[in-house]
Amino acid sequence: MADFKCEACNKMLNLEIFLKNFKVCHYCGHHYMLDAKTRVSYLVDEFTFNEIAANIKPIDFLNFVDIKPYKDRIIESQQNTGISEAMITGCARIGGYEVNLGVMDFRFMGGSMGSVAGEKVRQITDLAISNRFPLILVCASGGARMQEGIISLMQMAKTVSAINKVKENKIPYISVITNPTTGGVSASFASIADIIIAEPEALFCFAGPRVVKQTIKKELPLDFGLSERNLKNGQIDMIIARKDLKSIITKLLKLFSDR
Amino acid sequence: MNEKYNNKKDLSNISGGIKTPDTGYLNKIDKTEDKNQTMKDLFNSLEKINNFKRFNFLSKLNFKQAKNNIIKKIKSLRKESRTAERAWKMVELSRNENRPKTIDYINDIFSDFIELSGDRLSSDDKSITAGIGKINGKTVVVIGHNKGKDIKERIKYNFGSSDPSGYRKSLRIMELANMFNFPVITFIDTPGANPAIEAEDNGQAGAIAKNIEFMFNLKVPLIVVLIGEGGSGGALALAVGNYIMMLENATYSVISPEGCAAILWKDQSLTKQAALMLKLTARDLLSLKVIDKIIHEPFGGAQNEPSRMIRIVKSHLLTALSQFENVSGEDLKKKRAEKYEVLGFYKK
Repeated sequence: MADFKCEACNKMLNLEIFLKNFKVCHYCGHHYMLDAKTRVSYLVDEFTFNEIAANIKPIDFLNFVDIKPYKDRIIESQQNTGISEAMITGCARIGGYEVNLGVMDFRFMGGSMGSVAGEKVRQITDLAISNRFPLILVCASGGARMQEGIISLMQMAKTVSAINKVKENKIPYISVITNPTTGGVSASFASIADIIIAEPEALFCFAGPRVVKQTIKKELPLDFGLSERNLKNGQIDMIIARKDLKSIITKLLKLFSDR
Repeated sequence: MNEKYNNKKDLSNISGGIKTPDTGYLNKIDKTEDKNQTMKDLFNSLEKINNFKRFNFLSKLNFKQAKNNIIKKIKSLRKESRTAERAWKMVELSRNENRPKTIDYINDIFSDFIELSGDRLSSDDKSITAGIGKINGKTVVVIGHNKGKDIKERIKYNFGSSDPSGYRKSLRIMELANMFNFPVITFIDTPGANPAIEAEDNGQAGAIAKNIEFMFNLKVPLIVVLIGEGGSGGALALAVGNYIMMLENATYSVISPEGCAAILWKDQSLTKQAALMLKLTARDLLSLKVIDKIIHEPFGGAQNEPSRMIRIVKSHLLTALSQFENVSGEDLKKKRAEKYEVLGFYKK
């Protein structure tokens, strides 16, 4: 099997061990970013994930052109990732418990939240309200999708409204913060969950380190915005390593189901 | 943008460096203002097409179509740069220091205004002013971003950039409004949430999210007036309303044009282009149904006649409030959620 250098500690990693270890470096514990489908496979019981709302696809309604037209960016990302948007949603079982699940994919335009992600969140919350199973959203996003202009900002309101209804119906909502979760996603559905779990060393903040550094013109602390600092500051409930994520979520689901 | 206008290339290859004095219609178009490369290239292609006429063996070919295409492109580029210029002008106007600010509106519109301070947790953020006052005999809660007029005031208010404590103060006072059934009026004028280490440590993201969430639970009317700069999450944190009004020259955007140009184009000089692309003007936002009403400004902008501007806003506020007088709390809440639920464009 091929070996490669860890992007964090530069030690040689064996691919087989790396994959068995849920794409975490077994020397330094660096959690690699996961695509949505791998994340789903790590999290749910085998063959239980049923995707919903897969037919909703992004469109370039503003004719937004930066270096590339948004139209081309969409097609490019779809070809590169094999998914139609930066989020997939569906029903699944975790440790035998039925859940409604949404997983974001950072590879798709930086996991940015546009109209489609907003609508997918709305539909999965509607489903949660009808089937009354807990809702789990796994976040990985740079923020709102600038190519959709103000409408992407409005998705923050739209998703919060959707989560608000879940809460009114007393359905448990767990958000899982993975690296990175910033901007519009961190300031909307990611941080109003009943339980917030973060992966180790995941960036979780509103303004990213680059913006803050540029503004204050000072060096930032090494742990700026990371899970560990957020835990210390009381912004999240716990930090859970990837290999334990499924078992912890299962425990939580059990606790919530024995109401 | 460049890729759109790329087909000039094939023409330039055949030109063969023949000089010609014949420019004809070229003179009709003023070249001076066009500095960017695409425009130069287009003009070059146009000249090259003219050159082809000098060759006898090409004389039978008809270049009219190619010429028309290039002229069309030049015209559309011109139009784009003109609209970009207009969008940018609006961004500058929305940030004009002499526009009436939240405090001016509060002082002139609301009688018996009492300012309330503090988030009851850690501090009092001066970048947001909040309090209770009366409009037309009715008690309302007023919350708005402060920007300040001179540098001293601006520093005091942190340029309208709020910390989590500012949003938490607003939240606390909106809770009060909800409890005593006072309508809430917010004035939006902020470059965005404060990007600082302490703000992040204090839970900036959570504070904004919590505000948005609470606004969806309000059982009183929430009227939003965008009076200047509507900067991203910091603006939205006070702007989930039943009725959203926007001054003609105000802007509302997911990111500042400067930030957008830096991130997407990696080039600060394309800020105007970003301002155009983001569709951040009142007219754009009305057509996207993000706002409900444009409030027209006195000629040249609100800064020219501040007191008249404030009177105009007051009359619009009174009309807006009267719309919701007999609507039940549950309906207000439901309608607010429905308003945001439908925002978004996608294909099925």
